[in-house]
Amino acid sequence: MRPNPTDMDSTEPRNAAPRRRRLSLATREALWAYAFLLLPLAFYAFLRIYPAVQSFNLSLHKWHVDPAQRTFLGMTYYRQMLTDAKLHQALTNTLLYAAIVVPAQLVLGLGIALMLNAVRRLRPLFRAIYFSPYVTPAAAVAWVWGWMYSVNFGVFNSALLAWSGFVTRLGLPWLSIPAQPFLNDPRQALPAVAAVVVWQQLGFQVVIFLAGLQGIPRMFYDAAAIDGAGALQRFRYVTLPLLNPVMVFSVIISTIATLQLFDQVVNINFTDQGGPLGSTLSIAVYMYQLAFSRFQIGYASAVTVLLFVLILLVTLVQLRLLQRRVEY
Amino acid sequence: MVGLDTYGEPRRRPDAGTVIAYVLLTVGSVAMFFPFVWMVLSAFKPIREIFQLTVLPHTWTWANFQQVLFHTQFPRWFLNSLIVAGISTVSVLFFCSLVGYTLTRLRFPGRGVLFVIILSTLMVPTEMLVIPWYVMSTQYHWVNTYWGLAFPGLIPAFGVFLMRQFFQTLPRDLFDAGRVDGVSEFGLFWRIGLPLVRPGLAALGIFNFVGNWNAFLWPLIIAKSPAMRTVPVGMALFSGEASTQWNLIMAASALAIVPVLLVFFVFQRQIIEGVVLTGVKG
Repeated sequence: MRPNPTDMDSTEPRNAAPRRRRLSLATREALWAYAFLLLPLAFYAFLRIYPAVQSFNLSLHKWHVDPAQRTFLGMTYYRQMLTDAKLHQALTNTLLYAAIVVPAQLVLGLGIALMLNAVRRLRPLFRAIYFSPYVTPAAAVAWVWGWMYSVNFGVFNSALLAWSGFVTRLGLPWLSIPAQPFLNDPRQALPAVAAVVVWQQLGFQVVIFLAGLQGIPRMFYDAAAIDGAGALQRFRYVTLPLLNPVMVFSVIISTIATLQLFDQVVNINFTDQGGPLGSTLSIAVYMYQLAFSRFQIGYASAVTVLLFVLILLVTLVQLRLLQRRVEY
Repeated sequence: MVGLDTYGEPRRRPDAGTVIAYVLLTVGSVAMFFPFVWMVLSAFKPIREIFQLTVLPHTWTWANFQQVLFHTQFPRWFLNSLIVAGISTVSVLFFCSLVGYTLTRLRFPGRGVLFVIILSTLMVPTEMLVIPWYVMSTQYHWVNTYWGLAFPGLIPAFGVFLMRQFFQTLPRDLFDAGRVDGVSEFGLFWRIGLPLVRPGLAALGIFNFVGNWNAFLWPLIIAKSPAMRTVPVGMALFSGEASTQWNLIMAASALAIVPVLLVFFVFQRQIIEGVVLTGVKG
């Protein structure tokens, strides 16, 4: 809503004239506004914008505690990134996480939301259960999962053991599945961590999709039904296009969250963070290790700049790609 | 796609699709909730039972909880988390609504630009800020202080955006009438605006409290001394030390998770509303 200046003018004579204000009402209002914004703007300038600029700045200098002694290095750290195998691994892993987590959340989130939309009884309870992992601290749930994945004493492997015993007794031993290494195997560790992320953030997607579904006017479905559209056609031609803005939002949010993945990776394999052999290392974890274990402040800052650019690019590309489909 | 048949049809007896939806939702719910159940039940097991992998403990024991509560600084971490999340929530409720109010209800030069600047800070990931924040914190001695833990979350831009949406729905006349009656500018915000956006405040407040309670990266960096850790950081580092004493780790996890789950089930409506508001309207 654009403010309408005539609203204001109409109150002015009544209000201002009898009290003989020196300042016009508009000036007074503006001064109040600046007074209200003084602290918040100081917050944003000093604790948000300045640090963001400072990150760029640190990435161009050799770190020293005394700002006067930080020598300018230019693009040195950015060139270093080109040959840093560990960074490449972290980058690949992070993109792999996104490639697993984002589609899984989209499909599962939409599927569960559709089912929730179809049931009426127990819907609040179901919704609460699916959402509950989202409100719990990732640091704590990762430990629980780490134990469930444990090779000798984990829930999953004992379930596999029980299953194998069951099918063997049935005379179908070829159906049995051997115990899996999960977090101990460089090939299985990343999908195992990704599963935890999906489990934890799925509820957020469900809630967003459910709200989106409930925002679709019933008459569209009625009209489609009258035109003879079946359930699948109604889904394809009514639900999907009308849900597109929500899907764009959902994909962007889960991509950004996955690119920043940190808590789960650190906690699920605490003694070898990002391991085994760096197979679960994410960009955020690598940045943390560079800055706070190895104190390579300048290089770590350059990595955060890379992460920032990555998030920016992904957001812009996705907004472009996904919004095209909405034009019906 | 199951249950799509119910669209557009008048209410009637549950069809096959709805029944399948109930079954799948129930199976999914059990899978979603299983880790919590497993964690809590394991926390009640004595150490000798911990690797037996029965769901229910044979002997129930409080010893693991006693160990975590009385022989670690867990109560202190709990208090720290309450203080930090409390400070940030009070600040968020006041400042986000004040800024949201000012940006919608007051007219002044630069309003549009300031809104865009505040909104653009949403694009910067926390990872990019933690290093300069830490450098700053060592310089100003904010390490190991409550201020150091709390300052990053005092006025989140998403909160400003949310409250701005709420204030935009209020009719102008209300505030003009207040002005005519001689209510001060702050009074207009405090006595007329705020009471009308209570649902927004509830959603924002609870959502923010939970978010702060769970925060990990920054508290891990800034809380150097064990006494200043928050629950997630304390829990993570304690578990690192407890290594394979899974009964203790599960007790610590339960103590970290169950309070949030309880808060969630009590304030479920407001929390989910908060998600929907940031999501769909944003």
